Amino acid sequence: MSVTTETLHKAGEEPPAAAAPAGRERDRERERKRAARRRAGGWWPFLFLAPWFIGVFGLVIGPMLDSLYLSFTNFDLLTPAQWTGADNYTRMFTEDPNFWQSVRVTLVYVGVSVPLKLALALGVAMLLNRPLRGLGFYRAAFYLPSLLGGAVAVAIMWRQIFGEDGLFNAVLGWFGIEGQDWISSPDTSIYTLILLAVWQFGTPMVIFLAGLKQLPKDVYEAAAIDGAGPFTRFRRITLPLLTPIVFFNVILQIIGSFQTFTPAYVVSNGSGGPIGSTMLYSLYLYKKGFADFQMGYASALAWVLFLVIALFTAVNFIASRYWVHYDD
Amino acid sequence: MSMLAKMTSATPAKPKGPAGPGRRIFIHTLLIGVALVMLYPLMWMISSSLKPDQDIFTDPSLWPQNFHPQNYAKGWTGSGNSFTLYLTNSLIVTIGAVIGNVLSCSLAAYAFARFEFRGRRIWFALMLGTMMLPMQATLIPQYTLFFNLNWINTFLPLIVPKFLATDAFFIFLMVQFIRSIPRELDQAAMMDGANPGQIYLKVILPLMKPALVTTTIFTFIWTYDDFFSQLVYLSDNEKFTVPLGLTLFLDKTAGSSFGPMFAMSALALLPTLICFLVFQKRLVEGMATSGMKG
Repeated sequence: MSVTTETLHKAGEEPPAAAAPAGRERDRERERKRAARRRAGGWWPFLFLAPWFIGVFGLVIGPMLDSLYLSFTNFDLLTPAQWTGADNYTRMFTEDPNFWQSVRVTLVYVGVSVPLKLALALGVAMLLNRPLRGLGFYRAAFYLPSLLGGAVAVAIMWRQIFGEDGLFNAVLGWFGIEGQDWISSPDTSIYTLILLAVWQFGTPMVIFLAGLKQLPKDVYEAAAIDGAGPFTRFRRITLPLLTPIVFFNVILQIIGSFQTFTPAYVVSNGSGGPIGSTMLYSLYLYKKGFADFQMGYASALAWVLFLVIALFTAVNFIASRYWVHYDD
Repeated sequence: MSMLAKMTSATPAKPKGPAGPGRRIFIHTLLIGVALVMLYPLMWMISSSLKPDQDIFTDPSLWPQNFHPQNYAKGWTGSGNSFTLYLTNSLIVTIGAVIGNVLSCSLAAYAFARFEFRGRRIWFALMLGTMMLPMQATLIPQYTLFFNLNWINTFLPLIVPKFLATDAFFIFLMVQFIRSIPRELDQAAMMDGANPGQIYLKVILPLMKPALVTTTIFTFIWTYDDFFSQLVYLSDNEKFTVPLGLTLFLDKTAGSSFGPMFAMSALALLPTLICFLVFQKRLVEGMATSGMKG
């Protein structure tokens, strides 16, 4: 049916050119051009976009290219940059153990916190996806820590909670477990940061919840008739239909966690310690650039971060072809 | 179809395992447990801010046995400058950022949503691409630029970029919103002789108020909480914002006065908490539909 209306519509709009007299054809052409110009708006759109154009060239694309150039130089801000070729990159990969330390810490941080955070977010969203009294309260309570996100006050609180005399050890004490200073032990400090990230599972949870609400109910009804239990329904219906949302959350969380800075800075007083155990990549970059003023080297670090994030995102997009299902 | 399905599926769809009420109680218990774990740290911080130092680590109860509100007075003046200064500075930065974002992003969004100009698709794709870009990639040249402009240790590097629509996330949000406003309204205004500038001011801007409110709240909270840029661009104590003022506490009071530190941390969270309580629904839904950050 839709095909016929479409063809009718088309026929009405554009009668065969040969049939129309030349003059009327020209008028129509002129009218069409005038309508297009009205939509184009002449200079108006560029006027509206002027701030954005200045911003995107002056503060994004320009600086990005500049940062690529600087990454091949020695630059301390006060004297002009000196070209050193690939020295910064060679140094990074072959001579700088602190670089590798920060890479290790960051990979552990991203690799552990992202899956845990997403699993928790999905689990809680499933629990909330039903008519439930107090739903608004739960949703708000679980989202609040995410909103506080990278606030310094939260990081300060975390530092005290996992300190020697902190709340965490007090709770362990109720169960007769002897605690320790989790923050200043190099074996556990990164896990306190991971726990902080997992505590902030609210954002992906809210996105999952919105996705779950969109799932077609009749599919579940049909599956229930066929006798599918809750576990089968989750694995065979919910998860496949939800894959676009899962994908979206994975991308966002990976990009976000690679750039985490505030908690690592606050918990370690800006040092990344004890012995580099909380030296997240962004913190290392900050130290190189703004404590040691090795801005050429910091630019190289920034470009490596950019490429790694782009690579992770690209791999995710390619892999998504095999596990993300779209309706159409 | 759904009527029939509901009727036929009524029996088998009933939950297996524990009966209705038992199952509901189980779920509520579970959720309340999670909610407690989520909120306990925050409540602990607030209650600690009201305890004398020697009680903070010996009295884990949420209700202070000895009320010690003096922490707030002591904390307010206790880290170099008075907290009044930090709050004022934060207020200047956040208000500047909010005005900048609302103005520049709505202008760009209107252009993207309503005009067919040359290269529109490419520019739009570029705008979306900048949302993915890590801020570190542009950090050092931006710092150099602001350094050469003599803007370091002023609020300008924190405010001016917002007037240049660098928060592409909000442009995207507003484009989506403007697309839901019927084009007939613009066309009617155009028939009456309005130019695109007047249409933006008189038709689009008033109708996109919900999107502007969302932008305002999120810009406020994210700018207020943003530690990294403030740490990089502000070096003089006189220019410090609330997050920077808090870190001074960490250096100064390593171990000595936790009460005032907790008091100021709690106060620092207050603007965000108030925003959250007032705009809770909008914040959560804004997250659900657009879903960036965090």
